[in-house]
Amino acid sequence: MSARRPGSYLLGGVRRLGSVTIFLVRLLIQCPPALARPGLLIQQIYNTGARSLIIIMLSGLFVGMVLGLQGYDLLQRFGSEEALGIAAALGLLRELAPVITALLFAGRAGTALTSEIGLMRATDQLTAMEIMAVNPMRYVAAPRFLGGLIAMPLLTAIFSLIGLYGAQLVGVQMMGVDRGVFWSQTQGSVDLHDVNEGLVKSLVFGVACSLIAVHEGYNAEPTAEGVGLATTRTVVASSVIILLLDYVITAAFL
Amino acid sequence: MVVAVRDVHYAAGGRPIFEGLDLEVRRGRITAIMGPSGTGKTTLLKLITAQIAPGRGHIEVFGEDLATLGRRGIYGMRRRIGMLFQNGALLTDMDVFENVAFPVREHTDLPESLIRLLVLTKLQAVGLRGAAELMPAELSGGMARRVALARAIVMDPELLIYDEPFVGLDPISLGVILRLVKRMNEALGITSVVVSHDVHELATIADDSYLLSAGRVAAAGAPQQLRDSNSAAVRQFMTGSADGPVPFHYPAPDYATQLLEEDER
Repeated sequence: MSARRPGSYLLGGVRRLGSVTIFLVRLLIQCPPALARPGLLIQQIYNTGARSLIIIMLSGLFVGMVLGLQGYDLLQRFGSEEALGIAAALGLLRELAPVITALLFAGRAGTALTSEIGLMRATDQLTAMEIMAVNPMRYVAAPRFLGGLIAMPLLTAIFSLIGLYGAQLVGVQMMGVDRGVFWSQTQGSVDLHDVNEGLVKSLVFGVACSLIAVHEGYNAEPTAEGVGLATTRTVVASSVIILLLDYVITAAFL
Repeated sequence: MVVAVRDVHYAAGGRPIFEGLDLEVRRGRITAIMGPSGTGKTTLLKLITAQIAPGRGHIEVFGEDLATLGRRGIYGMRRRIGMLFQNGALLTDMDVFENVAFPVREHTDLPESLIRLLVLTKLQAVGLRGAAELMPAELSGGMARRVALARAIVMDPELLIYDEPFVGLDPISLGVILRLVKRMNEALGITSVVVSHDVHELATIADDSYLLSAGRVAAAGAPQQLRDSNSAAVRQFMTGSADGPVPFHYPAPDYATQLLEEDER
């Protein structure tokens, strides 16, 4: 195998970015007609959202419980364990829920999207649609993209909710933090700004994860190896992009 | 004339596939396009259905130059075409009935009762009315191809394109498909293009045939004419000889020299 020149990596990266951008524009053009087909959309929200529910809820519970333990341990050193509610709520709403949900989404729903669309490409189903004068961007890509986009904030909200319950479970039930203090502190110090930060993050991550998953599947090499590679790329690219965007949005909100 | 290909040049990845291809598909007839593997038969179908554009030359379908049609025009043209893919290309998340109903639901606002009638008629024509509830994964290769055929004819196309319809079928399924191709053509008057390398099967149904080789039409005419051809290339293909103008060996350095070199290593 011949060594690639460093410039070719850069060129490849720029080309990839260009291809994703063009794909996004084509996708956005097909979104309004896709919205007019609620049946297809609901099916995809079910596939990406409802089917990720168990893993999101379980992870939310455990992350919340760990947050309760670690938070309690840290705060009691300063004698301020009543602040556990605020710490858990802010940590979850602004950071942990959107990021972990997105990472799990990329692993659970993103890979499923990529391999499904990739296999449709490999078995000529997308070409068959083209020949039947049905635009696969409209019928296959757009509903899946929108489904992921809608599912992500909902999953993030559920993650936050269950996570907070998990933190409460450990903090209040096990460690003996006062229940009233826990909830009133939480209520008192979480404001709309914090909720918005989480919401914006989940929306942006929803766009990024769904776009990457659908793009990789749609442009997968139509072979078993190609679909496998595309699925791997979905997870790797989504994860890196999520963490990068997380930093950017956090900085913008401060 | 339903399809006219004029002086088409096409290259993929720097390798020329067509160099001045000319052929015609006449209305109401079954036209066979034959050729050894790798001569670009499937590429030709992609060109005719405007999935790819030729580097040079013109392709006319239903009298319209594909190069002058926009996306809308191409979709309009495709609605008059039915295509049978080699592996069926059925949508795997729908059952047989929904697969056949798919183009109807996408392109018309017919009431459900009429769609049901239409789909069952087409499934009856391919003998699979009883399989309407099955999923594509539950079908054999031959059945999947028949369902795909029902889907291809559900919109009553004027032109039906078959991509390697006989590959990998047992003799019974092959006979069924062969009869169906003939029946679609005779009963419905559909112009058919069959791409295949199964010379004997094609000879029994084709009205016209083209033999592609090295990027051009090597021979054209009725199947019988091709069989009687005195060109070595045509005869090699029609009789299935291992060696001839199409060599048995992929281009390689001299055998003895290479063996000696390996020995020296």
